[in-house]
Amino acid sequence: MRMLINVPETVVADALRGLAAAHPELTVDVEQRVIVRRDAPVPGQVALVSGGGSGHEPLHGGFVGPGMLSAACPGEIFTSPVPDQMARAAAAVDSGAGVLFIVKNYTGDVLNFDMAAELAEDEGIQVAKVLVNDDVAVTDSLYTAGRRGTGATLFVEKIAGAAAAEGQPLERVEAVGRRVNDNSRSFGVALSACTTPAKGSPTFDLPDGELELGIGIHGEPGRERRPMMTSGEIADFAVDVILEDLPPRAPVLVLVNGMGATPLLELYGFNAEVQRVLRERGVAVARTLVGNYVTSLDMAGASVTLCQVDEELLRLWDAPVKTPALRWGM
Amino acid sequence: MLDADFFRRWMRTAAASVDREAERLTALDSAIGDADHGSNLRRGFTAVATALEKEAPDTPGGVLILAGRQLISTVGGASGPLYGTLLRRAGKALGDAAEVDEEELAAALRAGVEGVMALGGAAPGDKTMIDALMPAVDALGTGFGAARAAAEEGAAATVPLRARKGRASYLGERSVGHQDPGATSSALLIAALAETAEADGE
Repeated sequence: MRMLINVPETVVADALRGLAAAHPELTVDVEQRVIVRRDAPVPGQVALVSGGGSGHEPLHGGFVGPGMLSAACPGEIFTSPVPDQMARAAAAVDSGAGVLFIVKNYTGDVLNFDMAAELAEDEGIQVAKVLVNDDVAVTDSLYTAGRRGTGATLFVEKIAGAAAAEGQPLERVEAVGRRVNDNSRSFGVALSACTTPAKGSPTFDLPDGELELGIGIHGEPGRERRPMMTSGEIADFAVDVILEDLPPRAPVLVLVNGMGATPLLELYGFNAEVQRVLRERGVAVARTLVGNYVTSLDMAGASVTLCQVDEELLRLWDAPVKTPALRWGM
Repeated sequence: MLDADFFRRWMRTAAASVDREAERLTALDSAIGDADHGSNLRRGFTAVATALEKEAPDTPGGVLILAGRQLISTVGGASGPLYGTLLRRAGKALGDAAEVDEEELAAALRAGVEGVMALGGAAPGDKTMIDALMPAVDALGTGFGAARAAAEEGAAATVPLRARKGRASYLGERSVGHQDPGATSSALLIAALAETAEADGE
């Protein structure tokens, strides 16, 4: 293992100290692990709180700021945060208009956010929740913990964040968030496993010349392994799996997301193939985002997320946003 | 009869055992999960041991409730709420009694296991901590040693199962052939209980 760290035990705290130094517009509580936009609570606005395991940077701390999240709670690497963190974050950002929790569908995140909602409601904070479960790689949801939340988390946080910034009430912001999730699907591939600092060796063994199809974002293996495919073949496979699950009815937002160790050169090349497949399938593309947004430490690979949008969702997507990792229009 | 001191020693023994076995738990978790079960539980049980040194509840129920709350506040992931609920529910079931007998402990742990099942939605055979805890609670009526053996057998019996809950469930058939880390740590918790009782000559 060669990592730019001190010791595994302080990786998360060290990263938070660095985030704080780079972004004075955020309040970073390194001890309690809560990242809050400095001007929170914003009067009259619904607050958005998300969180999850660390190791997916810039998710979620990188998405805190005007037009997106009000606060984020990072857990240990790949481990959900604890209820105390989320309840503290909710109390810090609630203006009285209520708090929307954005939760990726993993057992730990769901349980801890549910407990946090109870704690916050005990404090008189109104809480609603959007569960993100966009991963089409999980096919038999009846016999699993259900579809995982992956790339669509970015779409939900951005679009619901824009609705909140417009001053929409909690139930409307929640409904917008759910609509984004319902219209989003993702599929990911890994070209290598990732290495968690605590373990120090790859989480699974992927021989040269093979790839994992249908991976999650926690270094867990995917649903099948195949001999290496070209970028074009992967794009055909991923887009077809997504469109089979969510037949095309409307223009899409496209997220071509790197898993942490794939260079932009490859991601842009992959995006060209994704756009080709969409064109061939007759799917109109409204907007495209390419980069490392929902990562899995040093895993090589990429995921594709498509979100079918109507005029309102597209308008909210285009609304101004100013966070460490996503910013436009302001 | 078992008093608050017995329960404190059980939690301390469990903390030592989790600390000792953390790497094995993480190795099991890396096969079908995300390689953090050992380090997460170690952080939680260390916090439990520290909290029990600062604060000494004088009832068995008080000890378990404090331990459960510590786990929920420090572990994260699924195991924090699940283990926290197991101990808190069991502690609540014991009420204010200064001493409890083995039958009352068995009933309280059963209430805890039911709380875990309700929270996580898992049933026996889903390849989770329930597969060790349920047989242990069933066997507790015939003694602590029997409970330990049942928990260990239950954990070993998860090897051929296909996971239906938690992160391992995403692997489908590929989860077969690996022992469940949650069932393994549950067996450690029950073994720590038996060890505490044996040290007492119970």
